[in-house]
Amino acid sequence: MTPRLDATGLGLAGRLEETDLLIGRPQLVCLVGPNGSGKTSLLHAIAGIGSPRGEVRIDGIDPAGLGPDARRRLFSYLPAGREAAWPISARDAIALGLPAGAQAGAIAAMLDALDLTGLAGRRIDRLSTGERSRVLIARALAAQPRLLLLDEPAANLDPLWQLRLMERLRAQVREQGQAVLLAIHDLDLAGRYADRLIVMHGGRIAADGEPAALLAGSHIPAVFGIERRGGAWRPLSPPADPRSSR
Amino acid sequence: MTRRAALLLWSLGAGLFLLSLLTPWAAIGELLARDRALGLAILTELRLPRALLALSYGAMLGGAGAAIQALFANPLASPDLTGTTSGAALGAVVTAYIFGFAAPVALSLGAVAGALGALFLLLALAGRRAETATLLLSGLAISALAGALTTLALALAPSPFAFYDAYDWLMGSLVDRSLAQAAFAALPAAAAILLLLRLSAPLDALTLGEDVAQSFGHDVARLRLEIVCLTAVGVGACVAICGAIGFVGLVAPIFARRLTGGHPGRALLPACLIGASLLLAADLAVRLAPLGRTLPIGVVTALLGAPFFLWLVAHMRWRLER
Repeated sequence: MTPRLDATGLGLAGRLEETDLLIGRPQLVCLVGPNGSGKTSLLHAIAGIGSPRGEVRIDGIDPAGLGPDARRRLFSYLPAGREAAWPISARDAIALGLPAGAQAGAIAAMLDALDLTGLAGRRIDRLSTGERSRVLIARALAAQPRLLLLDEPAANLDPLWQLRLMERLRAQVREQGQAVLLAIHDLDLAGRYADRLIVMHGGRIAADGEPAALLAGSHIPAVFGIERRGGAWRPLSPPADPRSSR
Repeated sequence: MTRRAALLLWSLGAGLFLLSLLTPWAAIGELLARDRALGLAILTELRLPRALLALSYGAMLGGAGAAIQALFANPLASPDLTGTTSGAALGAVVTAYIFGFAAPVALSLGAVAGALGALFLLLALAGRRAETATLLLSGLAISALAGALTTLALALAPSPFAFYDAYDWLMGSLVDRSLAQAAFAALPAAAAILLLLRLSAPLDALTLGEDVAQSFGHDVARLRLEIVCLTAVGVGACVAICGAIGFVGLVAPIFARRLTGGHPGRALLPACLIGASLLLAADLAVRLAPLGRTLPIGVVTALLGAPFFLWLVAHMRWRLER
């Protein structure tokens, strides 16, 4: 089976050290790491944003040689920012994710899937941040590409929509054979839905493996400075002050 | 843009072009009947260059305004407010009055160089996606600098009549240009517009940010360079022949985006048509106004455009504060 993503020697000056990443089969892969750890840079390097180094093959195809329409069918990228430069409608924003000649029903299907039908004609600058997030997620999903690169898709969504989004992504992986690589800060959400977890730290992959094992291991405390106590993530306990025992 | 709106814009432009050539009907008809050769000469040597210049300069300003606004993601970016036209005027004045080259090709090259200098300076000062305040302040500074240097160049010019000579041209005028001079403006403008229209899709992709446009495979750095160069060539060539004409490049794209659902790239062609119609209409107004003398067209566009600009700033502020 051709790997969904085969990236070798990826790098971005000053932000991402030389990194290899293989997603061999349809998987929901969550990228976690503290601010500035290289999650966005890794997504940028795969998507070809900001003059990255390295080679990328998606379904065996080098996206660098493709035109905009073919790239839309191969992969999509959702940035962490939720702003749009011009006040186009929600419907038109979703259409920007589709290649020319895409099925007429594709936009209506995405509007329906993300419960946006009633907002289709609204200007996206007049939507709430959460509604706008759903529109931009719909844009990223619209062309049903082989690889989804999503930067904090759950940010700004209410708890119900966070769960709905993750359920939908997991269903797309299972039913349509897509691979999803998404950056996320919610470790519990990542642990619940990810098939695979990648921990980023200092511009490199610090750990990569099965989510439950990684979340229970030593990487999370070492990288984030937090630990699970009493069923919740809490800052690491400060080391006991030896003077206090005297 | 709907087909009906496109057709309406084409018809409006074509109608104004014909009106520009043939009004007042009675006088032209009478002249053609009395002395056909003289009538035709007036049509081809006086009216045609003027109408062609209004058409091409207006379309160029509309297209350049739409492209610059899309690039900077800002509806207040336009060739005049970014200092491009002032830079072009400075380039042409230095070429003509300091270096002494008055041929249209030399003036055009000088104006293009000045426009390029202004746009690159703006990119350096305001950044790639400039906030309104930074963009306007940078544009204001560049315009002020270019204006001061233009005055200095005219003051230092060997000819004592330099100020008088340049006055009408600096105010923007389409009058008394030959067909050859019109071609020096219209041909580079047409080429620049055609090449700008190719950039419609990448400019639309920029709506969702530079990162998304790059993920679609658009080379944003190259896009920026292409827009700067094409705008400088087209606007520079027009300024060299007709002087600086303001506000058309600001107003036309704003109306054009209303026809394209806010899409900045798709607004390029309608902005060209609206720009051409605006300048043709302004020139007709200048020619037919019963004032006893012909006003420079730049004065008319500024008189109409400046209040629109003030309304736009107030409207944007109102929306921000809402």
